[in-house]
Amino acid sequence: MHIVVCIKQVPDSAQIRVHPVTNTIMRQGVPAIVNPYDLFSLEEALRLKDKYGGHVTVISMGPPQAEGALKKCIAFGADAAILVTDRAFAGADTLATSFALASAIEQIEKDMKVDMVFAGKQTIDGDTAQVGPGIAKRLDMQLLTYVSKIDELDLAKGEIKVQRRAEGGVQVLQTRLPCLITMLEGTNEMRFATMENMFRAARYPVNFWNKDTAGIVDVSKIGLKGSPTLVSKVFAPKPNTKPAEIIDTEGHEPRDLALTLLSKLFTQHPKLRDSIVKQAA
Amino acid sequence: MAEKFDAIVVGAGPSGNAAAYTLAKAGMKVLQLERGEYPGSKNVQGAILYADALEKIIPDFRDDAPLERHIIEQRMWVLDDESYIGTHYRSDDFNKPPYNRYTIIRAQFDKWFSEKVQEAGAMLICETTVSDLLMDGKRVIGVQTDRLGGEIYADIVILADGVNSLLATKAGFHPEIEPKNVALAVKEIHFMPQETVEARFNVQGDAGVVIEMAGKITQGMMGTGFLYTNKESLTIGVGCMLSDLKKQKISPYQLLEQMKAHPSIAPILEGGEMKEYTAHLIPEGGYKAIPQVFGDGWMIVGDAAMFVNAMHREGSNLAMTSGCFAAETVIELADKQKPFTAKNLARYREKLDASFVIKDLKKYKNMPDVFHANSQFFTTYPEMLNQAAHKMLTVDGVDKKTKEKQIMANFKHRRSLFGLMGDALKLWRAFE
Repeated sequence: MHIVVCIKQVPDSAQIRVHPVTNTIMRQGVPAIVNPYDLFSLEEALRLKDKYGGHVTVISMGPPQAEGALKKCIAFGADAAILVTDRAFAGADTLATSFALASAIEQIEKDMKVDMVFAGKQTIDGDTAQVGPGIAKRLDMQLLTYVSKIDELDLAKGEIKVQRRAEGGVQVLQTRLPCLITMLEGTNEMRFATMENMFRAARYPVNFWNKDTAGIVDVSKIGLKGSPTLVSKVFAPKPNTKPAEIIDTEGHEPRDLALTLLSKLFTQHPKLRDSIVKQAA
Repeated sequence: MAEKFDAIVVGAGPSGNAAAYTLAKAGMKVLQLERGEYPGSKNVQGAILYADALEKIIPDFRDDAPLERHIIEQRMWVLDDESYIGTHYRSDDFNKPPYNRYTIIRAQFDKWFSEKVQEAGAMLICETTVSDLLMDGKRVIGVQTDRLGGEIYADIVILADGVNSLLATKAGFHPEIEPKNVALAVKEIHFMPQETVEARFNVQGDAGVVIEMAGKITQGMMGTGFLYTNKESLTIGVGCMLSDLKKQKISPYQLLEQMKAHPSIAPILEGGEMKEYTAHLIPEGGYKAIPQVFGDGWMIVGDAAMFVNAMHREGSNLAMTSGCFAAETVIELADKQKPFTAKNLARYREKLDASFVIKDLKKYKNMPDVFHANSQFFTTYPEMLNQAAHKMLTVDGVDKKTKEKQIMANFKHRRSLFGLMGDALKLWRAFE
């Protein structure tokens, strides 16, 4: 079984700081990490490999520095890593990114048939959740998003049964391979890399692919040219500096306190009162 | 099969990087293990970089190292509650390259240094903690990490695992660190526009100012404060001996909050935005607290070996120099195909003894004891000095001779003649 896992290197959003004067994001000194959502997909792929055997290839599109994120995946136990990197990709939105990654996966497939593709549910820097589905569509694969559990995998029949978190419940879905899966966060816990794999990662030469190696002929579909999304403005939200009002509860009945709260709420949001009254009627 | 290296360096701070870099440059097969997510992620320092020590290891570091400002002015403040008395030394000589001291931000600097180490050929593995040393009798033959299959072998293991070297303690190379030998320092980085930093300190371009502080900011505890200028931020911090903090039940952040509110300090920080808060232990036990720094198959460098000159706020330079000496010792022995026995590694201590590292620590060997036993240096004297200055500088119709007499009377009242003479003698002896 051959599984391809798509990952992205992202700035550690927990450590990102907004410049107090210029309002721009201060990237200096902010460590780059593997997008946390991708790790749930990688771990699930590695578990399938542990159980059924096979080969896990990790792929990423990004600047040369993303090599670090791919090496980390090797340390966790991935077998191979490919970084699709080319100046021509600069400025790509999710449409262009999914095109480039899909094209690269087609190239990977030429060497070894791909049974499943895993991708992160979304990234913590873009938060679009579009690249995974985009790849599935382009590669004409069955798409299983927000998967919380893989129930069954029958390689002989080429069938998979999964649980998918949906609004209001869990769906149990069965489909044919090849498919693309994005795992829900918290569904597994990334393993602690072995010393042997840490050494393997330290020595592993990541494969660098440019647009040609990735099999891309039509450059109008990649990079800025292939990206219809326009970022018109970036701004930091204004902090809410309004202090909270503290209401003394000593010696008051809960009923009175509730009324006080409601009256304060309705004074500030008169429309809320109207709509509640309307609904009650 | 377990991996085997010529040398394993535990830790990727200044001492570990200096050792790994020097070893790798000499063509040795080096493994460096760091428990942090990346080099610098767990490292905290004021931070001043002393060019000399780094220059001896990487002569052209100025080309690409992330440096904040070079120091052209040093201020020493002795504070009481409302005022400070102090000295400023500023020289245009310090403003001519090659500069001697720089402020740095460690997370960035350590990353750069580590890249140099890896370019030199050392292998770095992060997020991996060395939990034990592998021993063959009394000889260290490798390390045990916290990962599955974590035994790694080496001919020599250099411990650069920082102030609280659990590894050396666990291996029985030195006892657990004592609270009286270690300071706990906290610091914050406050961001403000570059122009504001430059206007407040009367500097231009990349020039910067350092303020070292002592006095009532430490509330009678043995310790100091500091304020450094970075490119577009100020670093402010304070540190006191752990034993004092424990005794007085004061938390370091309270100390820092009070220090920040001092009328001479608050206006400097005005309008800045605090973006970073860190704390770290500093080994300040001095000469008498230095453990055995070498043995069969092992050496200790940097903070782990207590190489901090608390009097002059120097540490990273001692760390880099000791790391370099340890590496040179290994290289010299390897060249002569001699084993890394304690007897042969004694050369490392000889190199330290002949250098500023041990010479400076030896010079101030009694300092910790004197300050531990005489808290008046941090309370009474700062007050007396500030009051004296205040009196002399207030023009109120009282003649200067009378003012001098009043100042002397106050000194004697607060400290007695014997007390004053005794303190002077103690200080003179400690500095001698």
